[in-house]
Amino acid sequence: MANTLIEIVGVRKRFGDIKAVDGVDLSIQEGELFGLIGHNGAGKTTLFKMLLGLLPASSGEIRIGGQPVRGEAFRQVRRSIGYLPENLALYDNLSGLETLRFFARLKGADTGACMALLARVGLAAAAGKRVRGYSKGMRQRLGFAQALLGSPRLLFLDEPTNGLDPHGILEFYSILNELRSGGVTVLLTSHILAEIQQRVDRLALMRDGGLQALGTVQALREAQDLPLNLRIVLRPGAAGVADSLRHILAAQGIGSVEISGDVVRFACARARKMVLLTALSGLGEGIADIEVHEASLEEVYLGYADGVS
Amino acid sequence: MSVIELRPIGIIAGKEFRDRLRNRWVLAVACVFTAFALAIAYFGSAQQGAVGFRSIDVTIASLVSLVIYLVPLIALILGYDAIVGEREHGSLELLLSMPITRFELLLGKFLGLAGALGVATVAGFGLAGVLILYQIGSNALYHYGGFIVSAFLLGLAFLSMAMLVSVLASDRMRASGIAIALWFFYVLIYDLLLLGLLVAGDGRFSMDFFPVLLLLNPADIFRILNIFGFDDVRQMYGLVTVFPETLANPWLLGGVMMFWIIAPLGVATWRFK
Repeated sequence: MANTLIEIVGVRKRFGDIKAVDGVDLSIQEGELFGLIGHNGAGKTTLFKMLLGLLPASSGEIRIGGQPVRGEAFRQVRRSIGYLPENLALYDNLSGLETLRFFARLKGADTGACMALLARVGLAAAAGKRVRGYSKGMRQRLGFAQALLGSPRLLFLDEPTNGLDPHGILEFYSILNELRSGGVTVLLTSHILAEIQQRVDRLALMRDGGLQALGTVQALREAQDLPLNLRIVLRPGAAGVADSLRHILAAQGIGSVEISGDVVRFACARARKMVLLTALSGLGEGIADIEVHEASLEEVYLGYADGVS
Repeated sequence: MSVIELRPIGIIAGKEFRDRLRNRWVLAVACVFTAFALAIAYFGSAQQGAVGFRSIDVTIASLVSLVIYLVPLIALILGYDAIVGEREHGSLELLLSMPITRFELLLGKFLGLAGALGVATVAGFGLAGVLILYQIGSNALYHYGGFIVSAFLLGLAFLSMAMLVSVLASDRMRASGIAIALWFFYVLIYDLLLLGLLVAGDGRFSMDFFPVLLLLNPADIFRILNIFGFDDVRQMYGLVTVFPETLANPWLLGGVMMFWIIAPLGVATWRFK
């Protein structure tokens, strides 16, 4: 079993009357890719800032690698943390390489590795160009390269794919995969749920400063008990199959069925899945294909949002 | 308790200094200093019906009047957005996520900007000095050197105030407003206020207490430091003639100036959250 790297115990943060983070308990294991989702203002970024020691918690305790996130001991921990802020701002008057060298020196990382790092995020050709002339995507790549300075053991990435094109997003996740095979722990936020649902080990859904749900994507799905979406393709010309299928579905209490040509779509309660599939197998050759789709993370997310309102 | 590391201070200072070199701030300010100094040295006595270079004492006295206006303004403009600028731009968060303390960041910024101001001051007035001294002889070197050093110290005091403004202000607009207000207060209003008090008080204020009030303004300290030694220019300045000899010790004045450089930075460190 992996060790706990980040421990968050009863953390609260108040700004005047506003409870930005309201009692969060969370442990993140070494090597985990952990996603933090939630609507704007749910407290994700505030939690990030507290994890980095940029904001003191109003109450509660945060420890990274057993160290509280303040004081001289945390300075050492910080050298092994990479951070990509949500609203990344870099220095327009410096080139990409100068930017990276500046942060490398501050971090005590090897400045000789900066050029290779720029190449890794696809900015080798723009290394000598001033950041003023960089596109949004290039800035984001440079910010990511900055987060990777000094071979961090822990990455905090706040909306890391913000501004990246589809190609850039794929590259980003491929670098992330390489890093993870080296044991790097990653905590990231994203609004693009389709992007992270296949990739995160676990995720937490934040709402009004608290954790509304926590677990694997599958566990969250099961907790919501969202129906499965089935798509059945009938074999063309198979006589009577459509009618038989209609009978089976009616017997299972599935009323809302969408039929277009040979394709039949409907939703089915998770608990009825096996019964239904067994019945469908009786149709034999009449069915060309069956696809079973789990609810997407977006549906899970919306399910939690509806559950509250 | 945090340890103070010199390395991050040096890195931040180096960046600030190089930024001012690269955007030609240092060059521009040095040129302004040289041009004004030469103009004052040459035309300074035009009111008396003559132009040309005069004694170094009179020249320094005229330069002092210039520097009192110019240097605080330049120092305030140089430093007012050091922190609030990064905050507004959004880069402060990333900087503070680095292994650096807030004090180190603040001190690094101050030292880098101080370096830029120092180079501009020494190069600007130094070059003018070389040209003037060629005309009026090298025995005035000591006085002129003292003038340059004290002008730099004056700049540091106002740079330190600018850093404090930069930490306290919520945005750049407000910071620039406060910086300009500080300049108005210390450079334009303060002496008038003291004179007004003196006249309105009609002798009720103790003359022992009054000089201490002058020490509360780094611009006045600079003026006293530079012109107290020259008898032939002392009568040109109303306020300074009321200043007692015992307080005119350059070491004491320099010490008070150091307080003015350190204290605002200290408060800025304390308030930088």
